[in-house]
Amino acid sequence: MKISEIIKELNLAVLSSGDFLDREINGGYVSDMLSDVLANSKKGNIWITLQTHLNIISVASVKDLSGIIIVNGRKPDEDSLKKAEEERIIVLSTSERSFQIVGKLYEFGIGKNDEDI
Amino acid sequence: MTDIVRTSKIQELAYECKVEEAMTTDVVTVAPDDKIVDVWMKLRDKQISGLPVVSDDGLEGIISVEDFIKCIIQGRKDEQVKDNMTTHIEFIYSDEPLIHVIKKFEKHRFGRFPVKERDTKKLIGIITKGDVIRCILKRFEKDYYEEEDKKNKMRNIFNDIKSDKTTVILKYEVKGKEFKKAGEKSGFLKNALLRLGIATEITRRIVIASMEAEMNIIIFTDSGEITVLVEEDKIKVNAVDSGPGIPDIEKAMRPGYSTAPDWVREMGFGAGMGLPNIKNCADEMHIDSKVGQGTNLEFIVNLKK
Repeated sequence: MKISEIIKELNLAVLSSGDFLDREINGGYVSDMLSDVLANSKKGNIWITLQTHLNIISVASVKDLSGIIIVNGRKPDEDSLKKAEEERIIVLSTSERSFQIVGKLYEFGIGKNDEDI
Repeated sequence: MTDIVRTSKIQELAYECKVEEAMTTDVVTVAPDDKIVDVWMKLRDKQISGLPVVSDDGLEGIISVEDFIKCIIQGRKDEQVKDNMTTHIEFIYSDEPLIHVIKKFEKHRFGRFPVKERDTKKLIGIITKGDVIRCILKRFEKDYYEEEDKKNKMRNIFNDIKSDKTTVILKYEVKGKEFKKAGEKSGFLKNALLRLGIATEITRRIVIASMEAEMNIIIFTDSGEITVLVEEDKIKVNAVDSGPGIPDIEKAMRPGYSTAPDWVREMGFGAGMGLPNIKNCADEMHIDSKVGQGTNLEFIVNLKK
């Protein structure tokens, strides 16, 4: 599924890299611990987190994640968004909580076919 | 064909490629005096849809499958080619760009154009839509490989440089407590390794490990240095700091064990997964640490041949 499709379905705000919304999502990962994401997320995953600082962009970049959804209505600072643009990382935000967002993503079929769950 | 003209890269190639590059030079022809039945043999044997009709004076016309079928239906299979061929010939010169051929195909319904050399006016080839498409695809392929080659030029650094041992050394200084910049140096390392032609998967393993090492220096020490040695068969990374040292390495290696303060954990660091993560990514890992003096964390990733 393309990121643009979930943006529409989940009513997400696009905070950065709006030019790359046709990127494919091949599953998801939820965690607020960066090391955990570094260790366990997979290339192309959408990452759901409440962290907003600059380092989430580095993590998403290193792991080639398809994008980040920041929950609970949190907003990343300008530095993070600037770096996100540079690294072409799509940052999305929602006022909903991780649980709701993940539930909806799963309903749309994201993560249902992950072989390694 | 209009689609081809509209697309810019293809258009560019269509201007760049000359007819002579795309045309078939091995032209099967018939003579004006040949019989229609002979035409059939040639069309069938060579699996083509039209033949130039050539006499000693040069190109006289073209006889196509359609012309042939008309003759058969009207019972003229024993007649001569010259009485049944198309004499209105649209030809093209070999030095013209392919875009002219494409335009010609749009304008006329012909399936092929004879190609003449401009100076001698002699028939030297024939060009069909298939030839045009093949030529452009070939160019695409060539451009693609050239682009790939450019990308991979550094890949051969170890083959290109003659020495008994070549090592590329990258040094990154890491300042402690600068959380805002955590991961920055590892980002530089990622680009550097890719630039050196290290495979994406290997690069990812090294960068995950170096990011953890970088974060450890930032969380626990005042400053440190990450040194990366890129060699032909392996990449060795040393993260050296003059921090507090690790009192119990065995404990530190245990997943989930962390001595990070709460405020660090709130940022998502200090999950007690740093060292285990590094170990998972590396083929070898050594920790040399003295309390009160500092830590040297070394990890090695082997490069597959």
